[in-house]
Amino acid sequence: MLLAVILVLAAGTYAFRLAGVALRDRIQLPDRVRQLLPIGAACLLAALAATAALTDAGRFVGVSRPAGVLVGVVLAWRRAPFVVVVVAAAATAAGLRLLGVP
Amino acid sequence: MRTAWRTADARLVRDILAIAAACCVIGVSFGAIAVASGLPAWAVVTMSVLVFAGGAQFMAVGMLAAGNPLAAVLGGLLLNARHLPFGLVVADAIGPSWRARLVGSHLMVDEAVAFALAQDSPERRRAAYWLTGGVLFVAWNSGTLAGIALGEAAGDPARYGLDAAFPAGLVALILPSLRDPTTRRAVLAGAAVAVLAAPFLPAGVPVLLAVFGVVLALPARKEVDA
Repeated sequence: MLLAVILVLAAGTYAFRLAGVALRDRIQLPDRVRQLLPIGAACLLAALAATAALTDAGRFVGVSRPAGVLVGVVLAWRRAPFVVVVVAAAATAAGLRLLGVP
Repeated sequence: MRTAWRTADARLVRDILAIAAACCVIGVSFGAIAVASGLPAWAVVTMSVLVFAGGAQFMAVGMLAAGNPLAAVLGGLLLNARHLPFGLVVADAIGPSWRARLVGSHLMVDEAVAFALAQDSPERRRAAYWLTGGVLFVAWNSGTLAGIALGEAAGDPARYGLDAAFPAGLVALILPSLRDPTTRRAVLAGAAVAVLAAPFLPAGVPVLLAVFGVVLALPARKEVDA
């Protein structure tokens, strides 16, 4: 049963991944739609970041995580190096939690 | 992979290694949580190698521990449905050969897509995709192994603020594309829809809804009576 769960989840996930890649050649997309593809991907990634920053299992999270993400975003906006963005976001969240902020 | 290493510059490699380090630590906590919740070590390793999708794996372990294997599969698949549109976008970065596609598709994680999209030439897109996917695959699976070995001692990744590191990293990668006003409008709308829907819909669905943000990127229809 356990193995079946893992294999079905793995096969389904791989099918999603391969389907998009394989479909790319099969379907003739009009230029207008092709230009929208990267924008659609950016929408998905931003939504992923936003929901991960603000929610956990459908509930809004405490202050530490969004504050850490905000520090990272501001640094990224000021064109700080990527490593600085990631480390500062983590350090802010960890520091706030150390101070007892939820 | 070898050509990818040569095309990538030191900064790209350093950025990928930073996110890989965070990914590895989260892998450690995944391994630890999974064995603590009662999964045998072989199942945890198999999951990390074959599924290779952090969010879905955490959800599956939680659902299995709650005695709900069907929800483990359906919930995980719902979370991973976003990879289909991702595949449409990164197909060129993965490469034309079937061998590249079969292997490259398995390495499709959010960060690989984000790093690829953030590059300005096809060669760099390909290098960024393969490097990120490959390095994260190693980081995630070695982290999982370490977590299984460490067990309870591994601790919670939130203590190190890693739950804030990933969203910040993703935003940093898509930020350059937001300088284009059309993309910015679409992305902000999509993200807002996802956050507002998050309390009401099962995990994974809110993110999929964000794709409707592209409606705002459609070229404006010509005014007939001007």
